Amino acid sequence: MASARLKGIGSLLARQGILIAFALFLLGFAAFSDSFSDADNLMQVVRQSAIIGVIAIGVTVVVISGNLDLSVGSMLSFATVMVVDLHDKIGPVPAIAVMLVAVLVLGCINGFLVGVLKLNSLIVTLGMLSAIQGLTLIYSGGQNVDIADQEATWFSLIGRGSFLGIALPIWIFGTLAIFMHVVMSTTAFGRRVYAVGGNPTASVFSGIRRTHVVFAAYMISALCVGIAALILGSRVGGSQNNVGQGYELQVLAGVILGGTSLLGGSGTILKTVIGVLILGFIQNGLLLLGFAYYVQWLVTWVVIILAVWLDIAAKRGRLLSPIA
Amino acid sequence: MATLKQNAALRWLTENPIWGFVVLIFVFFSLSNEFFFDMNNFQNILVQTSTIGLIALGMTLVMINGNIDLSVGAVVALAASLMVDIQSWDAFSGWGNWQMLPALIAALGVGTALGALNGIIVWKTGVDAFIVTLGAMLGVRGLVFVYTKEQSFFAMNFTFSDLGMSTVGPVPSLAVLFLIATVLVHILLSRTVHGRNTYAVGGNREAAVNAGIRVGPHMVVNFMIVGFMAALAGVTLSSQMGAATPNLGRDYELWVITAVVLGGTKLTGGAGSIIGTFGGVLAIGILRNGMNLMQVPAFYVLVILGSILIAVLILDKQLTRKGVEALKT
Repeated sequence: MASARLKGIGSLLARQGILIAFALFLLGFAAFSDSFSDADNLMQVVRQSAIIGVIAIGVTVVVISGNLDLSVGSMLSFATVMVVDLHDKIGPVPAIAVMLVAVLVLGCINGFLVGVLKLNSLIVTLGMLSAIQGLTLIYSGGQNVDIADQEATWFSLIGRGSFLGIALPIWIFGTLAIFMHVVMSTTAFGRRVYAVGGNPTASVFSGIRRTHVVFAAYMISALCVGIAALILGSRVGGSQNNVGQGYELQVLAGVILGGTSLLGGSGTILKTVIGVLILGFIQNGLLLLGFAYYVQWLVTWVVIILAVWLDIAAKRGRLLSPIA
Repeated sequence: MATLKQNAALRWLTENPIWGFVVLIFVFFSLSNEFFFDMNNFQNILVQTSTIGLIALGMTLVMINGNIDLSVGAVVALAASLMVDIQSWDAFSGWGNWQMLPALIAALGVGTALGALNGIIVWKTGVDAFIVTLGAMLGVRGLVFVYTKEQSFFAMNFTFSDLGMSTVGPVPSLAVLFLIATVLVHILLSRTVHGRNTYAVGGNREAAVNAGIRVGPHMVVNFMIVGFMAALAGVTLSSQMGAATPNLGRDYELWVITAVVLGGTKLTGGAGSIIGTFGGVLAIGILRNGMNLMQVPAFYVLVILGSILIAVLILDKQLTRKGVEALKT
């Protein structure tokens, strides 16, 4: 009986491990830091996580379909530089339109190479990472860009404004997360993405067009990057050429922490949101406790491996891997 | 007989398409730029690529195993910081030039130990190497900042920076080091039991286990080799600069993986060679150097490299498909 109960606790830990970890971190930080549990501070963490969070929503769809997208970081640089640069040249609305079309074209290329040509997604998006980084530098000529009159344009509101006392980035992040969660969990498209990621062969035999699904996943990922670029560009009012460098890995860390398997076929958008928020709260909590900002990387190291390890251990029913 | 020989050469080239590309860009740059075809420039290319190249040698083993190591860039920074900092410790001030020895041991030792840590975690937990080393990539970078407190270190002993510039006969020492390492790892991979096991584990892990290979410890050894190589690259890089900064080695993992994949190593494991990796490293080196000489802005190199990486993937897919069809008939 005791062992059955232990097993029950174990599987509960495994299934809801990410939520439990989330709660523990929140309680821990709240206990040791006075300002952490302050409502303003909590909101600020969510706002700061919005950019990574929005990208992570798109990347989650790609990862569930059984692929990776490492190009989101340089795509974010590209989109941000483009929208900020074009803002003063052709006005905000055309700038946003052109930028979104441009990132969707990049998403198309990813989708074509991985979906249609069936190439390895890790390498394709690695190549795209470097190519888009180059494109960004060619586009800007190596110069940083900024919006001259940031007070006068409504574009600044996207990243800085608020509605009903909640910052607009949080609204965008929240709405997008709920929308994509509903899409992934209730629509036929969502089911197809899980099917393609879970068992590509079986999904093809049951009449799902893998090509279309993977293509769509990369388009969604690109669109999310475009939205994140709006928030980032508007918030900063300018952009450096390498502003998105390293984002792909932070995004991936959030997705993995949320319990989405890199093998595809499992994971949910809301868990990714929690994964991203955990990273945000770890960062914020450690800073408030007086640690240097780089200590969060050490904690992230341990947290990521522990999270995935416990998940796998629960699935195979034993802690250590059976490899000799 | 002639056709047989031709066939052998052709087959070798289809197995290592990157060398065709290396010859192509070599001829192209030799014809289009007067400064390219020059012994000094060739030595330059070897020295410039030695950092990426050393890591790529170790990465090839890990990738043939079916694993990957994303933490190498951070290990480069940590090893470089240790190397430059420890040699200036007061404890070793009376040692003369021998003060570099404990620093070297510490740098290489820490790199190897971090590799072992990655390997043991992959072995014992069964978590995918991509995730384990992604975590380590962030974490080791954190260690670098904790150790350096965001400071750069400068080597006070100029013998150390002279080592980076020194030559063995007419050839730069770093180029010699890289070539020796290439030959050694090539022998390890193609002539030893460990090398054979590397292919076996990557090709079919179940079969390797059944054949009595201790897969776990085997993978740990390969992770230690790549950790050692990354640390060695950190040491040579810091001796070239006479300094170490905490942001050293950023994006190196991407360059290294690009070089290894260009060389024909499969991400799924089981296939690849040091000859291919050497070609991949040279391709990147020649492209960067040649385009630099032709005064093409560095931005374009990024676009071209990315495109080549994807093109190689497409080509490889076509060749594999042809190979499968050839087997059928």
